Amino acid sequence: MSILVYIEQAEGKVKKTSLEAVSFANALAAQTGEGDVVAVALGTIGNEELAAVGKAGAAKVMHGAESKLDAGVIQAHASAVAQAYNLIGAKTLVLAKSSLGDAVAARLAIKLKAGLVSNVVELPKTDGGYVVKRSIYTGKAFAETSVTTENKILAIKKNAIDLKQDGADAQVETFDVALEDADFASKITSTERATGDVLLPEADIVVSGGRGLKGPENWGMVEEMAKILGAATACSKPVSDLEWRPHHEHVGQTGVKVAPTLYIAIGISGAIQHLAGVNSSKCIVVINKDPDAPFFKAADYGIVGDAFEVVPKLNEAFKAEL
Amino acid sequence: MKILVCITHVPDTTSKIQFTADNTKFDSTGVQYIIGPYDDYALARAVELRDQASGKLTVLNVGEADSDPTLRKALAIGADEAIRVNSAPKDSYFVAQQIAHYAKEGAYDLILMGRESIDFNGGMVHGMVGELLGIPSFSPVMKLDVDGSTVKMAREIEGGKEMLEASLPLIAGCQEPIAEWKIPNMRGIMSARTKPLNVVEPVSQETQAEASKYELPPAKGAVKLVDKDNVAELVRLLKNEAKVL
Repeated sequence: MSILVYIEQAEGKVKKTSLEAVSFANALAAQTGEGDVVAVALGTIGNEELAAVGKAGAAKVMHGAESKLDAGVIQAHASAVAQAYNLIGAKTLVLAKSSLGDAVAARLAIKLKAGLVSNVVELPKTDGGYVVKRSIYTGKAFAETSVTTENKILAIKKNAIDLKQDGADAQVETFDVALEDADFASKITSTERATGDVLLPEADIVVSGGRGLKGPENWGMVEEMAKILGAATACSKPVSDLEWRPHHEHVGQTGVKVAPTLYIAIGISGAIQHLAGVNSSKCIVVINKDPDAPFFKAADYGIVGDAFEVVPKLNEAFKAEL
Repeated sequence: MKILVCITHVPDTTSKIQFTADNTKFDSTGVQYIIGPYDDYALARAVELRDQASGKLTVLNVGEADSDPTLRKALAIGADEAIRVNSAPKDSYFVAQQIAHYAKEGAYDLILMGRESIDFNGGMVHGMVGELLGIPSFSPVMKLDVDGSTVKMAREIEGGKEMLEASLPLIAGCQEPIAEWKIPNMRGIMSARTKPLNVVEPVSQETQAEASKYELPPAKGAVKLVDKDNVAELVRLLKNEAKVL
């Protein structure tokens, strides 16, 4: 018996959040005695990249290499993962929460008759029962959820566990995915993706700007800070509503929820809806000229000052130190 | 075209989250309930599509009687009729079974809902309903146009979006900017009073992953302020104290 992990790729590289899911499954298997961890990867990915999934804690990678699976066609991916799950006789599937992961997991919950818990923040309690802690109310609370089914699916939140990096290379095997035309009834006609940048939901450091920056032409210093720190850029809702920045950068209640190690907010007042998107961050820095900005109450560190004065100086200080 | 929009009845986004009864129940004291913000986007787009295609728009909620004002609001925004499945929404699977049953009964062409509820944030019900009904499911959908039986959508992915084409029937979990939220006008509010709101019983009691106990995150310590003329100090703190660089 093994735990199966569904790993996602972007342009042939395994996503870091998927590697975290592998490490989570590795720790879970050690706790429950569910054998080893098998990862399932779909589409075109190099063997070396797949073997490296072993570092995060997988013993084996099953590779459904059909190029038709390069694109994240939801039904086809759900069908392929179900086949891998049944092939190895798994009882637990672990995956990282993501745009594709969520969509695939939900269909798998029905296919596999599996109890599904989303936004899992730590390893389940498995001594007598199966109790999973999940984040609810957009990071404002937690719930303990009792899973009563034999098959289980855990969709884990970023930073639920430290990434394991000392495992041996995984054994990579290809497996034949039986695909039906119905799995491809919907077509992805094109994809627009910011390339080369750090993706916001996966970033360890996020630099975010608000309306205090006065206009899209002033984002240069935000982008510069992100570049120095290897961070992703983000923004508040008014900024994306005004189309100063693209919607996929909007962090908050109705936007992306991030859980980075460090979140730097520049010129954002910190409305409750914005905080809902960032309250899982480990450390929050707020730069705002209004000392009464509510964001300071949610921050670990703060600077009261004009962004146009503080940020360039801070960029120099980061450069000097890093 | 027959459209079904599933809505959640959830605490307003500014609500203080607290629990009672030894942390086993949500404390609704002083809490204002709303249509889930993502569901509200789905509803707004559904009203536009219904008006274009002169179809029929039904809203559905799985909830107890306190959801009725929320359903009336959806009727005031423009839905033609409402269905309430009379039970607390116990878990995603429980809710998905109810929706799948009544969606099949009503033979809807298009089923829309929010990408997730803002209380439990699971974001799983649309995919489960899709699989239960054997139709495609998409989420989070930020653009959706219907032309005959062809549906063109944009789905948000990490760092961008993908354009999709599929055929009716299908189900989509929606988010902004699919449409602008609609505010009910006086005529809508008046007509909502007489539109049908049918209360039906759950078709299954089966659950798989119910929440049993709640807790709040630990309180945050006070912010440490750094002088704006000494930004290097902030860098040192992030590096040596917080250890996040």
